[in-house]
Amino acid sequence: MSAFNLRVNGQSHTVDVDAGTPLLYVLSDDLALRGPKFGCGLGQCGSCTVIVNGQAVRSCITSVDSVSGSEITTIESLGSPEKPHAIQKAFIDEQAMQCGFCVNGVIMTAKAFLDSNPRATDEQIRQAMANVLCRCGAHTRMMTAIRKYAQAVKP
Amino acid sequence: MKNIPRRDFLKGAGILVVGFSSWRVAELGAQAPGFNGTGSNALDSWLAVAADGSVTVYTGKCELGQGLYTAQAQLIAEELCVPLERVKLIQCDTALTPDQGTTSGAQSHPTNFNQANLAQACSTAREALVQLAAARLTVTADALVAKDGVISVKSNASQKISYGELIGGRKFNVALNTSAKRKPANEWTILGKPIPRLDIPAMATGQFEYVHNVRVPGMLHGQVVRPPAIGASVMSIDESSIKALPGVVKVVVKKNFVGVVAEKPWQAIQAANKLKVEWTPGVGLPNQTGFHDFMRNQKQTRDTFQVNSQDVGAKLASALKIVKATYHYPYQMHGSFASSCAVADVQTSSATIWSATQAVFPLRSSAAMVLGLRAQDIHVIFKMGSACYGCNAADTVSYDAALLSQAVGKPVRVQLTRKDEMISENYGYAFVLDQKAAIDLEGTIVAWDHEAWSPVYGNRPGANQPGNVLTGLLAGFEPAAFAPRSPAPNPTNFANNSNATPSYFKGGTGTIASVRVLTHNIHSPFFTGPLRSPERLQNTFAHESFMDEIATALAADPVALRLKHLADPRLIDVVKAAAKAANWETRPSPRSGNRRTGIASGRGLSCVLYEGDNGYCAMVAEVDVNQDTGVVIVRRLVIAEDCGPISNPDGLRNQLEGGALQGISRALLEEVTWDSSKVTSIDWRTYKPLFLGAEIPKIETVLLNRPDVRAAGAGETAVTVTPAAIANAIFDATGARVREVPFTPERVKAALALR
Repeated sequence: MSAFNLRVNGQSHTVDVDAGTPLLYVLSDDLALRGPKFGCGLGQCGSCTVIVNGQAVRSCITSVDSVSGSEITTIESLGSPEKPHAIQKAFIDEQAMQCGFCVNGVIMTAKAFLDSNPRATDEQIRQAMANVLCRCGAHTRMMTAIRKYAQAVKP
Repeated sequence: MKNIPRRDFLKGAGILVVGFSSWRVAELGAQAPGFNGTGSNALDSWLAVAADGSVTVYTGKCELGQGLYTAQAQLIAEELCVPLERVKLIQCDTALTPDQGTTSGAQSHPTNFNQANLAQACSTAREALVQLAAARLTVTADALVAKDGVISVKSNASQKISYGELIGGRKFNVALNTSAKRKPANEWTILGKPIPRLDIPAMATGQFEYVHNVRVPGMLHGQVVRPPAIGASVMSIDESSIKALPGVVKVVVKKNFVGVVAEKPWQAIQAANKLKVEWTPGVGLPNQTGFHDFMRNQKQTRDTFQVNSQDVGAKLASALKIVKATYHYPYQMHGSFASSCAVADVQTSSATIWSATQAVFPLRSSAAMVLGLRAQDIHVIFKMGSACYGCNAADTVSYDAALLSQAVGKPVRVQLTRKDEMISENYGYAFVLDQKAAIDLEGTIVAWDHEAWSPVYGNRPGANQPGNVLTGLLAGFEPAAFAPRSPAPNPTNFANNSNATPSYFKGGTGTIASVRVLTHNIHSPFFTGPLRSPERLQNTFAHESFMDEIATALAADPVALRLKHLADPRLIDVVKAAAKAANWETRPSPRSGNRRTGIASGRGLSCVLYEGDNGYCAMVAEVDVNQDTGVVIVRRLVIAEDCGPISNPDGLRNQLEGGALQGISRALLEEVTWDSSKVTSIDWRTYKPLFLGAEIPKIETVLLNRPDVRAAGAGETAVTVTPAAIANAIFDATGARVREVPFTPERVKAALALR
């Protein structure tokens, strides 16, 4: 095991884990965060997405040593049930989920994309969500919520 | 929604609840838990009122993503006349809640929203509170009104008393009153309204606690090592192969169950990957190519007539016109979004299991068998996982965690890998379905013959068959025995629970008297189990596609032909409502004038009365078919639904939309694949689902609210009708009939080539 310094949601943490441990395990098991989730462990579904230096990153296939020192943002830091972030509020307003397990990946992927591509077209948004999965079939509501957020960030 | 530990909650609210487990043990001893459990006749086992007026309610039907937590909270608030925010709902906990069996089969509304169980408990409590108030205020009960947890005198609102003052912290000590009156739907202010889901804000902000987030002090992490081939057995294990790895605590072997326990999850995964296990080669699998013929040719079958009017053969033999077709359906996965997870803390003579199981009481009993403990010494606590859509790996992983915890004497958490999830679940049934119909001179269907073959093996474990799922089998328990039976006995009474009988049968919802419905179950090489709309989707795909094939043979409009052969006014109403909302053009299929190359558009309809008595649904699908590539894109879906009184219109719409999109995924993409020894669908590249960025249709829902009939289920109706609606739309667009799910580009192109 080795010690790694991580900056997560503006706070510094030192964790002692095996080098090569994926970031997701550190976030969920060492830091006990509930936002980033294990869906496939293969980078195929998006469930584990966090934002690292402004980019959506799949933390289940990102080793912890590769993000040491980077600014890592998880969904918990966006907003709270009482004061949700604009994109979280759009999902709440649209009731855009069923079991809710995938919604971390959906929100974090869409937010990272739209924040850096505020003029994105509908087609580009669709492309950005091409590798994000929902199994309950909340697709239409989720895309509506994402478009709402897209309107909000449009310059 | 915040999950408050029971003990803290009791402290805060000053509730006194004792003696739960003792009566339940006695009750369980007398009767094994069934599909809907033993329930309870004691009001105090359903709810308790605290001194501060808050109400804690115990339900045996849980949230699985279908919105049931919120709908039940609405029901409680409505019937009890308390504000929604004063309701605290405890779901599925063997130490606390009534045994309501399994949350499945679209049964939660029929069970808890009609005149029994949860709804009856709430109306009993309201009437009991009014009686108590009448005594305290020295007026008659009919002079009182209950509102917001306060009972007041109608003619003098200042004369009042709160629920907390009446009963706070004390027991009712009354039985459920079967004559307690429900509030009429026209007085509802909470139930029936589109109340936003109470759990969604926590989900959207990463605060919701799923079973995956359960952390217990001293908890270790386990991983399983599954056989590399179906039916493979352990020959030898080389524990030294992982000796040098960090954090490894123990290798656990019980017959063919193999797992490792480590200090950290990543360490457990590494150890499971590197553990050297020699396995026997397994039993071998039939070729996937030709599997449908393999099913049809099985000699050992279990045959069941659902209907047999005895005259179908004669009618077919003498008919002027006969229509025939065969439909094929693949094995499909639940493919839960998250791989299943459970935490177990097994001590010498007791155990606690945190599980996303749909069935806490049955799991308690079956886990007792796996662990060699007494059921009453096991505490199963439901914690939500990702949605299951039926028998996913939630029970199996609960056994995994329990076995590993028992072996190390410490709490163990197991979260399956994606591959282990996909090879550990009980797949939805493959099917071959032959349909034949006889038609008279007037274009009336006079006989319908349905003969189907479907493989089964294992099932939900229930209370006493842990071998029905993979870990139980590996640990040495037998699955339910396959009992061949041929010929099928003649049916005694008609129930269309599996929708094996088409809607057009006179004894059900239609007009055709001569019907034969024969199903042959065969032994499946894979575990099977209920997957959202089990059998009903497959049967409905065949019936509703076939109805359009008959319409084509008669050059009739598919909606008109259905209406001619339907008798149930509620089924007729949803068909008409969907057709109307979709601006259905009355004409035969295929659409005339469509070009035979490039993109062609068409529409199709499908309908069902789910389970023969549990929710009416009709759907119109509009599709574009690229006739050069075979790619099908669903552009629009219109769904009409009648599930009786609507508890939450937005929740219902969400379920219908979700069912429809899952239906598209299953109709166009999903199919379990295998080679000569093992399943090869092991991730989201080898089992293709509908991703978020796919071309998704506009979905419109038409809700037919019927406040005066029984509440029915709605979670499985839309998915049931989707594949046939799409197949019929493909035919309308192109004149090509697809009879095998999924409608991949290759299959669509093959059908196009046959035009």
